[in-house]
Parts: sequence; structure tokens; C-alpha cells
Amino acid sequence: MLRWILGGREGQSSVEKSPVLCIGEEQPKNCFTELQVLKGHFDIVRFLVQIDDFRCASAGDDGLVLVWNVETGERLQELRGHSQQITAITTFTCSNGLMSHTSLITASSDRSLSLWDPDTGNRVQTISDLQSSVKCLLVLERLCVWFSGGEELCVWDRDFQLQCHRQNHSDTGITALIELPKNCIAAAMDKEIMIYRLTVSTDSTLSVAEMRCLSDHQDQIRALINVNDGLFASGSHAGELIIWDAIDWNILAYEHILWEESQTCAQAEIRLAAPKPSEMSIQHLTTNGKLILAAVGSGLYVYSILTKTVVAYRKVAHDSNVLHTMLLSDSELMSCSEDGSVRMWEIQELPLTAEPASPGFFGMWTFGRPNKQTGPPTKKVVDVPNIRTLELTGDLIGHSGAVQMFASFKENGLVTCSTDHLLILWKNGARQSCLRSLALFQKLEENGGL
Amino acid sequence: MIGSPDVVAFTKEDEFGQNNPDPWSIPEEFSIPLHPLADSNPWAKTSYAKFTKDFILISEFSEQVGPQPLLTIPDDPKVCGTFDLNYFSLRIMSVDYQASFVGHPPGSGYPRLSFVEDSRVVLGDSKEGAFAYIHHLTLYDLEARGFVRPFCMAYVSADERKIMLQFQELSLRFSQASECLKAGNRRAFAKELQRKLQDLEYTHSVLQREEGLQREAGPQCMYSAHAVEKANELANVEKSIYEHRDLLRQISCYHCRPRRDPHAVTCQKCMTQCLSECEALLDKYAKLANPFSYTDKGRKREDVQSPTDDGGGGKGAEEDEDEGIKRRSSYTPQLIKARSAKCFDKRLKTLQELCDEPFYEATMELLKETERSFRGDLCYLHTRRMDKALRRRQRITNFLFEEDLGDEDEDEGGMLRPFCAVNHDLDNYTILNPPPIVLGPEPVELDPLEPPDPLDPASETSHTQESELVLEEGNLDSSPSDQTLETQESSEETKGSFSSDKSGTGLAEKQQSLASVRSELPDPDSDLTPDADHNTDLERESSSEDMDITAGEDEGDNGGDQTPVSLLEVVSELEASMEDNCERRSGIESDLLVPIDTACCMAQEGFLYEASAPEAASHLDQSSHHQSSQTLVVNQEPQSLLPLQNDYAVGSLCSESPAAGLELPVGLLGDAVSRTTAEDGSDYTMSASTGSDRAASPLGYGGVVTLRQRKRAGHVALRFVRQYPFAIQALWCLLSGRTLVVLGADEGRVRRLVAALALFVPGPGKCGERVQAWLSCPFTLTDLKRWKLIGLQRVASPVGSSMLYSLSRYSRYISILDADQKTLRCPPYRGQLLANIADHRTYIRRGSTYFLHVQSTLCRLAAKAFLFTFTHHLHLPVSSTEGPEVVEGRRRCFLQEQLGLGEEDSQILLYLSQLVTQQYLQPPAGNSAVAPCFSFNYTTSVLYKI
Repeated sequence: MLRWILGGREGQSSVEKSPVLCIGEEQPKNCFTELQVLKGHFDIVRFLVQIDDFRCASAGDDGLVLVWNVETGERLQELRGHSQQITAITTFTCSNGLMSHTSLITASSDRSLSLWDPDTGNRVQTISDLQSSVKCLLVLERLCVWFSGGEELCVWDRDFQLQCHRQNHSDTGITALIELPKNCIAAAMDKEIMIYRLTVSTDSTLSVAEMRCLSDHQDQIRALINVNDGLFASGSHAGELIIWDAIDWNILAYEHILWEESQTCAQAEIRLAAPKPSEMSIQHLTTNGKLILAAVGSGLYVYSILTKTVVAYRKVAHDSNVLHTMLLSDSELMSCSEDGSVRMWEIQELPLTAEPASPGFFGMWTFGRPNKQTGPPTKKVVDVPNIRTLELTGDLIGHSGAVQMFASFKENGLVTCSTDHLLILWKNGARQSCLRSLALFQKLEENGGL
Repeated sequence: MIGSPDVVAFTKEDEFGQNNPDPWSIPEEFSIPLHPLADSNPWAKTSYAKFTKDFILISEFSEQVGPQPLLTIPDDPKVCGTFDLNYFSLRIMSVDYQASFVGHPPGSGYPRLSFVEDSRVVLGDSKEGAFAYIHHLTLYDLEARGFVRPFCMAYVSADERKIMLQFQELSLRFSQASECLKAGNRRAFAKELQRKLQDLEYTHSVLQREEGLQREAGPQCMYSAHAVEKANELANVEKSIYEHRDLLRQISCYHCRPRRDPHAVTCQKCMTQCLSECEALLDKYAKLANPFSYTDKGRKREDVQSPTDDGGGGKGAEEDEDEGIKRRSSYTPQLIKARSAKCFDKRLKTLQELCDEPFYEATMELLKETERSFRGDLCYLHTRRMDKALRRRQRITNFLFEEDLGDEDEDEGGMLRPFCAVNHDLDNYTILNPPPIVLGPEPVELDPLEPPDPLDPASETSHTQESELVLEEGNLDSSPSDQTLETQESSEETKGSFSSDKSGTGLAEKQQSLASVRSELPDPDSDLTPDADHNTDLERESSSEDMDITAGEDEGDNGGDQTPVSLLEVVSELEASMEDNCERRSGIESDLLVPIDTACCMAQEGFLYEASAPEAASHLDQSSHHQSSQTLVVNQEPQSLLPLQNDYAVGSLCSESPAAGLELPVGLLGDAVSRTTAEDGSDYTMSASTGSDRAASPLGYGGVVTLRQRKRAGHVALRFVRQYPFAIQALWCLLSGRTLVVLGADEGRVRRLVAALALFVPGPGKCGERVQAWLSCPFTLTDLKRWKLIGLQRVASPVGSSMLYSLSRYSRYISILDADQKTLRCPPYRGQLLANIADHRTYIRRGSTYFLHVQSTLCRLAAKAFLFTFTHHLHLPVSSTEGPEVVEGRRRCFLQEQLGLGEEDSQILLYLSQLVTQQYLQPPAGNSAVAPCFSFNYTTSVLYKI
């Protein structure tokens, strides 16, 4: 293909045999056959938050928060107010009895926090002139309070009144916050995880107490997630995955992913001799309670909680770092990467003939890229029993920049956001066609015929 | 004496001629005679005409040299050839039926401007082989006899039938041109009057000064011969001033009088502009100016201190002795000599001088447009119109492959608006006009002692108007608005009484004219020979020229609001007359409509083709002169025409009332035709560029450039199909909605190929928005979504490599046709649907033929897509128990079994159906908030080589 386009230039065969597996154009399992490009941002779009079944909000470096109707692709609201990039966004659902109302809390580099009503586009509350910018947000809906993490940890109530705050000693500040049982929260700060407990005194004032500092990671903690009621997990820049007990904060399992692989993968020792930190950094963790999906460098690892082992992995799942992942079901997962693609995977029993899908014409992604990786795709670990393989079932190509994040709306589609300032709404073409037909006949009826 | 021009009747099919015609029979134009007669050479009729093409001739009846041709459109001597324009001008000017009345009517002191409606005549000169639609009009010229200059515009053609069948549209278009010309003429006339009044006032002031000197010299001089002469001269000037002021008043109330002509729709803006301008002038000269106002210092301002006087009381103003500081007028008044003796030594104004410049140009533009749109023979015009009408019916699918017919919404809007050819954006030739001052029952008067109430909008506007006029014109006065109304009424009455006088004299001809009047009355009792009572009744009605003659006329009289509606109907009838054969029409309408006059229902076909038929001749005898009630001005018939029994003056025969429309749109197209085609009467300004070139493609008339382009596109497409074995795959890509990228290094080649392939892009958009002919930068997903056919430059540079990167990145969404290496990379296609348009062994040799072939195939596809889209059970479950897979199965079954389409062919239909659905669901305004969808599917591509 490339040779054909370039008019017979020689010496491209190595590129055509790219290690990055390529599914080609025949993707029968890929149901996203329609897309809508949503324009509106002027800079990198970094965050996507699902508001309800059909709305999502996107936020990015332009300080804009846009609310979209996922069904139609319509831009519903434009929330303007932040002067600098958005650093964190979360939904805040307040339910008073029957009605529950979802608002948006945003934090920005302009050291302000805002509460927005996505229905009207109004900025309900705002706090500016914070001492530092907030990097993460956590909402405790049952207590109707929320936390902001940065250089200090602050607790706010729903009226944006500061309840208490706690200065940190770390330079980097809090990068992630999760909720733990018994009114505890875990905050990731550099290499440590700090456990705080929130206590409500008799006069309903809140206070935060430092409970424990977990410093078992060798490198900076990149991801911190709740697995289930009793477990939480953290991943570090060095590729360590630690499963913690959520009650007594002990280590339940420790997995150093690259180390394990270097043992199993004999051919890769040259590269693994000096692995670039980004290649083994755990960028993102996601879980469905039974499995943990870790995005490690440009690879994907599926870790089973039950067996405490990696059950399936793909070391080079993307051309570049994986930025966001999602477990759609026990066997299906999705990932997006800096290479601008979203890929859908299926955990399959390892077939006997483990030949990867033919690269076909389009092994061309990496043409002209400095970080292209050479060598045949890794499919080793045949000797390890119980291990399954991650098979690519489809990919979505549309963005011209790194895909930062995606949000799935089930049958309504998938929204991806990217550094190319765009959002793309991927839809099931057959379903959309059906819906349009329905609309057509409805309109026909309203009009009383043609 | 003028020779006998054989004026041809504009008639309708005789309702008794043929009963119960087969509504499904082929129109006359399409049927092939079984036994062609030996002498029935279709070109024989026109062969002896001395001109090659139809043209428009403008002539005038000069009071100095008689009829003379002024100009032809197109302005090319080749067009007329050896045709004697002078002679033909004589002919066409001799059938002027305008009732132009000049002079002092009884009971009126001042000369009257005659408000003449245009008349329309069809004239044939069988010896010259020329037939003409002639539109007479009258322009005003202060220096001309009776202030009028008769002109005519004629559409000259060698084909008599063409004129007859296009009569309505010709009439409509020439009416518009005429209105435009007359509007400009009125402006020019008002300006001329203004200059003349300035001259007169100046003369008046000079004379008064002289008289004053004489008076001072002593009473003995008072009665000297010289003094008497001076006094007479002064009185003459004063009279002249009154007369001119009156003329100004008359011209300003031109718009207020009811129009009899249904086509006479004037632009509101022009009208108000003209009106306010005249108003301003009228204000200015409402009274005699101060005798000493024309001093070296300038003229004085009188608008604030002098009370309004009603025309006659002008002398009162002379007492005003205010020495305000005035601005100088740009025009220097001249002293007027007593009476210019001869009228033959002066040079008459040319047509261009008679009309305001922008109006003149707009008129010429209109006429050129008319000439363009009537190019081609009748059959061609007919086909084009029918084609257009048919395409308008397919609103839901015609966006797919049909060329755009022009913005129809705009058409409708334009239809309801009174037509104006003048581009108002360019109105810099006149002073900035204030909001229009409408003549109302209450005169707008300015209190001389008080400043005008700033809260009163009327006085405010008039004040601003005046102050603006001061800058431009100088002297101003307040307006006796009520008087203009009165003047208008009196002029109406005068005219009415005149026409009744005349109708008494020529009663014999009148009868026929009244017969046609009666045909428009909703009177079921009337028959072919009108009885006397009826006659006189009608005569009185028609001659009194009141607002309430008939219901039909009232519509025409209502002016701004109603006239456009009537215009619509006229056009729809016109269109229907194009669509319907005369024979088919008569039987059906006879029971639906009012009885039709003999003259109107005369067998047109018979008359035209069997000129010697005795029935036709007798009809001719009966209706020697018929006209409609709207154009009462035709009463005055040239005496020379009286003995000629087969002369016809055709007024605006097609009346404005729908009931009086002589025909119903009957036939295959039904009322939708009349509804839809009503629009294309007005859109002809764009129809020549858009409508004609598509339809014109096989024929070679009109829209030359585009036609050539499309022919070439068809040619290149044919060559592509013959040259490349994978052309069918390329066409399939385009038709199934997969973006095709034409990659090549040579821009011209890529552009040509893109232009050719653009014929196959479904829904290319009004201006081909879905096609990008030449792109030399990397494209993005947004571009892919927007364009369905892209010409891409192949470059060997870093830009080129990034372009190739984008090509490979989005390769799943595109097909790539390499024009240099002659390869195509696209999903495989094995269907049969496109085999007949992409057969590289095709026998079609001509590009235009191939283009038509493709069009018909695509048209069939569009029809299938329409069927598929709007068949309910193919998309939705019939019962609640059915799941989506049942519907899916049914859909597949329909596509495969009933339409016989394979997998890939079904994709074409699905894509077209999707486009139709989206188009149908699209909000009319085009909601920009929702991004359009881009559909695709994941299939492997293969590389085709030549």
C-alpha cells in the first residue's frame, strides 16, 4: 500500500511488518459505523464526564466546559468562566427525597472551583483565589461533602463552605483521591498513599485526621482506584501494581509487571535492559470488581483479583502510551492511546495458532514516527497455563491527536476526546439508521403524508 | 397609409371543437405523424424569415420622423440579417391600442398627463415571415407633444406558434420591463419638471422685478403697450408654473390610481422613493416663489414660515419677504423665452435620456434575460418547462442527482414581493430618501409659527425630508397633500368620461371587446352573442372605470397586496397552458368554469395550422377586435384598422381572477404543476443560468458555458468508463457514499476527472459542496465528512508524506483512485446494478448522450431509494411482537428479492435512502448546532489495476 502510494519506493518492507498488530479494515465485531465530529473546544480536551444517560460534559485546556447531548450530538450548554485549563471535573449529585439533581464541579489552574448547573448553564457557586490549584476532586455523596486535593486537602459542603482543610508536607501534592469504607479516604501523594479519616463531631463540624501513610511504592503513584468494598489498588510509574485491603490498609498483592514479563519474554531482553520509564508506567487502572485492567506504557494487562495473577496481556497494544481504559464486560475492554486510536479488545482463550492478525495494507501508522517499535509482536507465555490472550476486535480511527479519554454511553454510543480539540461521537450505524427511520415515519405522520 | 398587418388572435382552444380528449394521449409535440405530408417540412415555415434568431426590438413613434427602430436585443447586426427593421417598426407601431389622450379634457384648466396602460398585441407579417409580440408603452417627456412619447418593445420571432403559446409569459416579462422603464421615466420626468419649474420661477421673478420697476416709473406707463405685454408675459409664466406644478402633482399621484393591468406590479421601494421624491418637489413648488428669491445670495427658505396653500393661493406667498440664507442649488435656472416656436427643430430625448439610468439599465438587463430565456424553439422550451415542473414535484429525492432548480423558498418569496429589477443597493444616484410619506386623508402640514412636534412621526419625517432636500434642492415648502388626492380623482374621472365617449362612437367593435369582458364575469347566462342589455350594462361599467366594476377587476385594483397573487395565478395558468394541450383542456373545463367567449375558445391549433379553414375565418370575422376589460385604454382604435377584420388586439387576456382563468391544469401533472410552476415565472432571473443548462444539455441553447462544462464532464466520464476497467468500482464507491480520493500530480487532469466523477456524487449540494476539486494539503476527518469526492495533489515533499500519512490513516473511510498510476484501491464490488453505466465496451460515443444515460439510471436509482425509504414495514415492525431482526430480514428480502440487488448494490440503495431520510428530517433552516453524521463500514479494500 505504502509502496503503491509512494510510487514504488523501495525498502519499506520492514515498516509494513510493523509489530503493532493491526486488525485491518474488516472488523465485523466493530459496531461503530457512524460518527459525528463535535467541535467547540479550542484546545486539548482532557476530560469527559457522564452526567446522565444522554448527556456528557467535556472539559479541557481552554477552560471551557461543554455539555453535549450524546443522542443527537447537539451542544447543549457552554459553561464559560474558567480562565485557565481545567484540572479536574466531577459530577455532584444531590438527591433531596425524590428529586436528584446532578451538578458539575470543576477545578482549574486559575485556582478556582466552580459549581455548574448543566441544565441551565449557570455558574451556581464559585470559589477563587485558592492557595493552590486543585488537582483532584472527590465527592462523598452520602455525606454531601466533597474533597479537593492539591497541595492541601480541603473538605467542602454542598454550599461550597470550607469545612476543614489540611496542609500536606509533600511537594507534589495530592494527585488522586478515593473513598474508603468507614469514612476514610485515600490520597495519593508522590510515592505514598495517605489515609485520612473524616469525623463528624456532635456539633456537626467536620474534621480530617491522618490515619496512616502507606509508602510501599518505589515510584510515583499514577493511579489509585477502588476495586470493591474491601479492596483498592494503586499503580506506580515503575509498573508496580499493589492491591490493598480497604479496611486495615495492608498489602494483599504486589505485582511488578515488567519484572514478571522480563522473565517470561526471552526475546525482549534488549529492550528491557533499559526500559524507558514511560514504557512500564501504569498510566491508568480500571476495574469491574473481578478484574483490574492496567494500562502499562503502550500495553494492556488484565489482572484477576481472584487468582492474583495477570490473566491476559498485550504488551504492545498501541503505538504509544495508553491513556485511558475501560472494562466493558468480563471479556471486552477498550483502550485509547496517544497514537490517536481507540481499540476494542476481547479476552479470548489462547488459540493454538497464535498468529496475529495480518497487518494487511495498513501497517503504516508508524511511518515517519521516531518511536516506532520494531520486532515481531510478543506472544509468549504459552507455557504459562491459565493465561489467555487479548484479541483486537476493532479500532476507531478518527482523531488526529492523542485520544485523552472516552466515555461509553452503552447503546447510545461512545464519546472520545482528543488533543486535536475535537470530540467524536461514535455510534452504531444500524441503530441510528433505525432511529432515523422511526423519526421519518413520525414526521411523515405529523405532516400527513409527503 | 399603413399596410395591413395581419394581427393574430391570441385565442384558446374551442371547447366545442373536440370533446372528451384522451387525457393520457401524448402531447402533440411528441407524437409522430404516421403519414407525413409532403410539404410538412417543419423548418419550411421559418425558412423565409430574413433573420436567424429571435430578437427583441424597441421602436418608437417619433413625432418628428415617425416610427423608427431604436435598438435590438441582442445588439448584433447579424441577428436581424436583411430584415427591414424600419419597415417592421412601422408595422408594429401602427397597431398601438393604447388610449393615449392628450390635451385639455373638458372642464379642466390644465393639461393632463395621460395615464396609459400598456397594450399587448400579437402581429404577424407573413410576407416577411416575422411574428411579433408587441408591447406598447408610453413614456413622458416634457418636450414632447402632449408630454408623451409612444414606444414599443417587440419580441420578434419567425415562429408564430412560439409567440402564441408563450404569450402569457412574454406578456409578463415585458410588463415587468415596461414597469421598470416607466418607473425610471417618471423619475426622470419629475426631475425635468423640477428644472423647468426652477427656470419658470426664475423667469417669473425677473419679470416681476421688471414690472415693479415699471410701476415705480409711473402710472402713465401702466397701460402702455410694453407694460401690457410684460403683464401678459408674466401671466403666461404664472400659468405655465401652475401647469407644471399640476403636472408634477399628476406624476406624483401616478401610483395612487388603480391599475387595470394585472401585470403592473411595481416595486414598493421604487414606488415610495419616487413618490417621496415627487412629494418633495411638489412641496417645493406648491406656490409661486418669492420674486426676489433668486438673488445673488441664493434663495430663501420658506418652509417654516409660509402657510400651506392649496395650489391656487400661490400669490399669497409672494408677500413673504424673508431674507434667509439659502444654499445654492446645483442647477442654475435659466430665463425662459416666451414660447418656443417650432417643435421640429429641437432634438428629442433618446430613450436612455428619458429614463433614469439605473432603471434603464435594469430594463435592458430584463430584456436581455427575456431574450435569453426564450432562446430555442417551442419544443425545446416546452420540454424544458415540463422537465422543470416534473423535477419540482420530486422534492424529496431530487437533491440526489438533479441539478438544483434554484432556491425555491426564495422563489416563493420573490413571487410574493412585487418585482423590481433595480438593485436598490446601488441607489446612490439620488438623495437619501426619508421614510415614505403616504398620501393620506389628512394633509401633513407644518405649522408655520411653531416648530414641528418632534413626537409626531409624520411631521418629523417630512421635516427631515425637507431638511435633506434643502441640501440638495434649495427652496422648500410645505405640502398640500390632500390636493394630490383630489387631483388624482379628477384625472380618473376625466379619463373615464373620455373613454365612455369613445366607446359610443365605435360600438360595433366594442361589442367584441365586451364579449371578452363578459367572459371574465362570473355570469353563467352569457352566451356567444351578447344581448344588447348586457352590452350596455357592461359598457357603462367598463367605461366608467370605477373601482367596482367586477369582482375580477377588483382584485387587480387592490394594488400591492393582491396583485402578486393574481400574478401567481397568471403564471400558473400560463404554465398550465404550456403543459396542456388545447384539445385536452376544453371538455373538462367547460363545466367548471364560466362560459368562454367565442374569440377566446377559438381553435388555436386549427387556426394556426389550417389557416384557410373556414371556421377559423368566421371566428376571425366575429371577433375582429377583442380585448379584456382590464385594458380599457384600448378603446381608441386606429381608424386604419377598422376594415381589417382579422386584426386582434390582445389585452391582458388572462384575467387575474382564478375563476376567470380559462383553463384548469389538467392531465398527468394535476394541480401540483400549477402550484409548482407558479414559481418559475418569477425565478427566471436565475433560471437561465441554472435551469437551462441542465435541460439544455442535449440541445444546445442557453447556458452555454455550463452546458459545455457538463458536456465535457459527460465526455470525460465516458472516457473514464471506457478506459478503466475498474470504473464500475469507482462509481460504486461514489454512489455508496464512500469518499473517493483522486490522487494525481497533474492538476488539470485531476480536476477534469473530479468534474466528471462529480456527476455520480449523490446529493452534491447546491454548489457542489460535497466535491473538492483540488486539495494540496493533508485532509482530516472533518474534510472526509464534508467531501465525498476529493482531488488530491500528489507531491514528493514533507507535505506529501504527511498527506500520505493522512491517506493511510483514514484509508478505511476512503477509496483512492490514482490518476497517474491508474490504480484504484477500494472495497470489491461485484454487483450488476451499475453495469450499464460503467460498461467499458459501451456503444455510447458522445459525452452528452452518456450524460443523459447516466442521468436516467441515477433517476431510477433515486426512485428506488424513495420507495425503499418510505416503505414503512421495511424499517419498522408491523406488530409489537416483531423484533428488529424480523424487520432486518424483511428489508434484506425486499432488497434482494424484489429489487434484485446484491450485497454491494444494496449498499448504494441504503446510502441513498439514508440521504433521503436525512434530507427529509433536516429542519428547514438547517440546524447548525448538530453536526452531520458520517457513516461508513469496515470492509477490506483491494487494489485494482488496469
